[in-house]
Amino acid sequence: MDFFERFAVPHPSFLIYASMVGIGLTMIAIVIGITYFKKWGYLWSEWLTTVDHKRIGIMYLLSALLMLFRGGVDAIMMRSQLALPDNTLLDSQHYNEIFTTHGVVMILFMAMPFIMFFFNFIVPLQIGARDVAFPRLNAISFWLFFMGMGLFNLSFIIGGSPDAGWTSYFPLAGNEFSSSVGTNYYMIAIQIAGIGTLLTGINFMTTILKMRAPGMTLMKMPMFTWSAFIANVIIVFAFPVLTVALAMGTMDRLFGTNFFTTVNGGMDMLWANLFWVWGHPEVYILILPAFGLYSEIISTFAKRNLYGYKSMVASMVLISLLSFFVWAHHFFTMGQGALTNSIFSITTMAIAVPTGVKIFNWLFTLWKGKIEFTTPMLYSMLFIPLFTLGGVTGVMLAMSAADYQYHNTMFLVAHFHNVIIPGVVYAMLAGLTYYWPKLFGFMLNEKLGKWTAWVLSIGFVLAFIPMYITGLDGQARRMYTYSESTGFGLLNMVSFVGAAIMAVGFVLLVYNIYYSTRYASRDISNDPWDARSLEWATHTPVPEYNFAITPQVNTTQPFWDSKKNGHQLFKGKIEKIHMPNNSGLPFIMGCFFFVFGFAMVFSMWPLVIIGLIGILACLAYRSFEKDHGRYISVEEIEETETKLRGAKQ
Amino acid sequence: MKVDNSLPLEYSTEENSLKILGFWIFLGAEIMLFATLFASYFTLVNRTGNGPTGAEIFEITPVLIETILLLTSSFTIGLGIHAMRIGNKKATMAFFFITLLLGAGFLGFEIFEFVHYVHVGATLQTSAFTAILLTTLGTHGLHVTFGFFWGLFILLQIKKRGLTRETANKSFIFSLYWHFLDVVWIFIFSFIYLKGMM
Repeated sequence: MDFFERFAVPHPSFLIYASMVGIGLTMIAIVIGITYFKKWGYLWSEWLTTVDHKRIGIMYLLSALLMLFRGGVDAIMMRSQLALPDNTLLDSQHYNEIFTTHGVVMILFMAMPFIMFFFNFIVPLQIGARDVAFPRLNAISFWLFFMGMGLFNLSFIIGGSPDAGWTSYFPLAGNEFSSSVGTNYYMIAIQIAGIGTLLTGINFMTTILKMRAPGMTLMKMPMFTWSAFIANVIIVFAFPVLTVALAMGTMDRLFGTNFFTTVNGGMDMLWANLFWVWGHPEVYILILPAFGLYSEIISTFAKRNLYGYKSMVASMVLISLLSFFVWAHHFFTMGQGALTNSIFSITTMAIAVPTGVKIFNWLFTLWKGKIEFTTPMLYSMLFIPLFTLGGVTGVMLAMSAADYQYHNTMFLVAHFHNVIIPGVVYAMLAGLTYYWPKLFGFMLNEKLGKWTAWVLSIGFVLAFIPMYITGLDGQARRMYTYSESTGFGLLNMVSFVGAAIMAVGFVLLVYNIYYSTRYASRDISNDPWDARSLEWATHTPVPEYNFAITPQVNTTQPFWDSKKNGHQLFKGKIEKIHMPNNSGLPFIMGCFFFVFGFAMVFSMWPLVIIGLIGILACLAYRSFEKDHGRYISVEEIEETETKLRGAKQ
Repeated sequence: MKVDNSLPLEYSTEENSLKILGFWIFLGAEIMLFATLFASYFTLVNRTGNGPTGAEIFEITPVLIETILLLTSSFTIGLGIHAMRIGNKKATMAFFFITLLLGAGFLGFEIFEFVHYVHVGATLQTSAFTAILLTTLGTHGLHVTFGFFWGLFILLQIKKRGLTRETANKSFIFSLYWHFLDVVWIFIFSFIYLKGMM
C-alpha cells in the first residue's frame, strides 16, 4: 500500500472528495455515452486525429469554456470565504490551493486556449489561406496544451494541488516549504502546455508571414491578424524563458539542485526575475489579440473602416517591445534599489502611451459612425471605460515609490482583474458571439446576449471596485481571512455579491447557448453582421478547404469592397486543392507526454523513461514517415460549393 | 503542389520554403532559450557556496578537443550541403557521416568531462554555480545528442530515397540546426571556459 499512499491528497476535505466522485461519475458517463451512441470511431477520425485548423480551434474553445467553469468555481469559493470576517468555510491550506489554481487555470488554461481558438479559427480565414503552415504541428500544439491542462487539473484529486501562488515564488515553492507534489504538477504541467504554445507561435508566425492571399501586403492585413502576429512573436521570444525557469524549478524540486534555494549559492530572486521576464510579455500575449478582436468588432458595427490603421500597428509593435522591459515592476519592494526601480517605473508608464493611442483610435472609429448596438458591440463599449479605469490604476501601480503602499494588497488584485476581465474576457465573449454564426451556422440570441453583458458588468463593478478601497486600506491579498476589527467586512460582502452576480451572468451565457441551439433560425446568410474582412466571404459552415478559389485582396477590407465597391474577390477557376492528411500521431505523442509528466510529478523513474521513449519514438516515426497529403478533386469542390450555395443566400 | 525548379531543391516547393522559415523562427526561440541560460549563468557564476569555482575545475585539453571536433563538424556539414546542391548523393552521405562521427566524438569528450567534474566534487547538487554550469553544458549536449540521431535518420533516408525534395529539405534544415549548435558552443567556449579560466 505504500506505493499508493503518495497519490493521496494531503489536505482532504469534503469538497475535494465530492469533486472526486463528481469527476469520476462524469468520466464514466462520458465513456458510457460515447459507447452507447457508437461515437468512438467518429471521435477518433473527426476530432482526435484532425489537423484542420477549424476543428482544432473548436477543441481549444471547449477546453477554454471548461476551464472557465473550473476557474470560476475557484473564484466563487474564494469570495465566499472572504465574504464574512473570520469565516471558516475554507481553511488556510485549502484557500492557498484555490488561489493558486485559480490563477494558473484562468491565465494559462482559460485565456490562452481562448485566444488560441481565435488564432486557429480566424487567422487562416482572414488571410485567405487553406490551413496553417504546419497543420500537423498545430495538432501537436493542441494536444500538448490539452495534456498539460489535464495533468494540472488532476492535481487536486491525486497528490494535492499546488499552493505557492500562480507565481510560485521560491523559496516558498521549494521542497522545504512546499513538500507535497502540488508544485511538481505546476512545474511540469505548465512546461508541457508551454511547449505546445511555443510551437503555436512558430506556426502562426510562419503562416502569417508566408500564406497571405495575393495582394495582402503586411499593411493590408486585418487588425486581428496583425494582433495575432505580434502576440505570436512575443510567444516565440518569451516562452523559452519560462521553459528554462520551469526546468530549473523542476530540478530544484526533483534532483536537489540549488538554483533557487537559500543555501549553497542559490538565488531565490532569480526565479522571480525569470518568471516575470516571461510573465509580463504573457499578459500582452493575452491582451493584444483582445485588442485585435475589438478593432474588428468596432469597425464592423460602426460601419467605418478602422481609424488610424498605421498607428494601431505601430502601437502594438511598441507595446510588444516594451513588454520585455518592464518585468521588475512586479517586485518593486524586493530590494533592487532606486535606480533600477525608476527605470522600470518609466518603461511601465510608457506602455500607457501606445495603449492610449489605441483607445483614441477606437473612439475615432466610432466618431460619425452608424453605430449598431449588437451584443459584441455592447461588450466593446463596456470595455472602453472599464479597461481605461484598469489602465489608470496600472499607472498608479507603476510608480515605484507609491507601490510600497499598494504592493501585495487587494488594490493590485482589483487592478489586474480590472484589465483582464473587461480587456480579455469581454473580448473573448464578444468575439465568441461575433463569430458564433461562422462557427455553427446560427446566431446567439441578442436579447439574452445583452442581458449577459450587462449582468456581467454590474457584477464586475460590484466585485472589484470595493477591492481598490480595501486594498488602499491595507487588506493583503492571498490571506484566507481577516478579523472583524479591520472593518473590511462590508466591502468584502459587496465583492461576494458582485461575484455571485457574475456567476449569474455566466449561467445566462450557457442558457443562451442552449436556447439558441434549440430555437435560433438556421436560415442565415454567410455574412449576418454585414462585416468587412475575408472570413465572412466564405460559406457557413466553412468547407474544409476554406476558399474554393484563393481570394484577391486590394485593401484592408477586401470583402467590404467586394460588396460595396465592385472589387472582384474570386478570379479564375476552381483547381484541385492539396490538403494534409489526418494523423493520430499528435494525440499519441500527447498521451506519452502525459505519462511522462505524471511520472515526473511522482518521481516514478521507470515510467518516466517509458514516457520519454514513447515521445522519441513518435518523433522518429515522423522522421521516416512518407505523407504527401491528398488532393480534393475539382468535381468534389464543385459539388460542395453548389450544396453550400444552394442552402444559403 | 507547385514546383519551382529555378530554386535549389530544398526550397523548390511552397511546403519546403515554409519549413525553412519555420525552422529559422524556431532557432530564434532557441536563441532565447540559450540566452536565458547564459543570463542565469552570469548571475550565478560567483555563487559557488562550498563548492569549487570554475577556475578550479576547468581543464583546457578536453575543451579544446571538443571545440575542434565541433567546429570541424560544422565545416563538414557545410560541405555536405554543397555536395547536396550539386546533386552528389555519395559525397553528401560521406560528409553527413563524417559530421555525425565528429558529433559523436564531441559527445564522448563531453561525457568524459562531466565524469571528471563529478570526480572533483562538482555535481549538480554542489552549488548554484555547478548546477547552472552543468545545466547549460548539458542543454547544449542534449541538443547535440538529439541532432546526432536526427542526422542519422536523415542519412538513412538519403541512402534509401536519394536526394529528393523532402530529403534535401530535411538535410538543409538539419545543417542550420548543426551550425546553430556550433555558434552556441563558441559562446560557451568564450564566456564559460575562457572567461572562467582567466
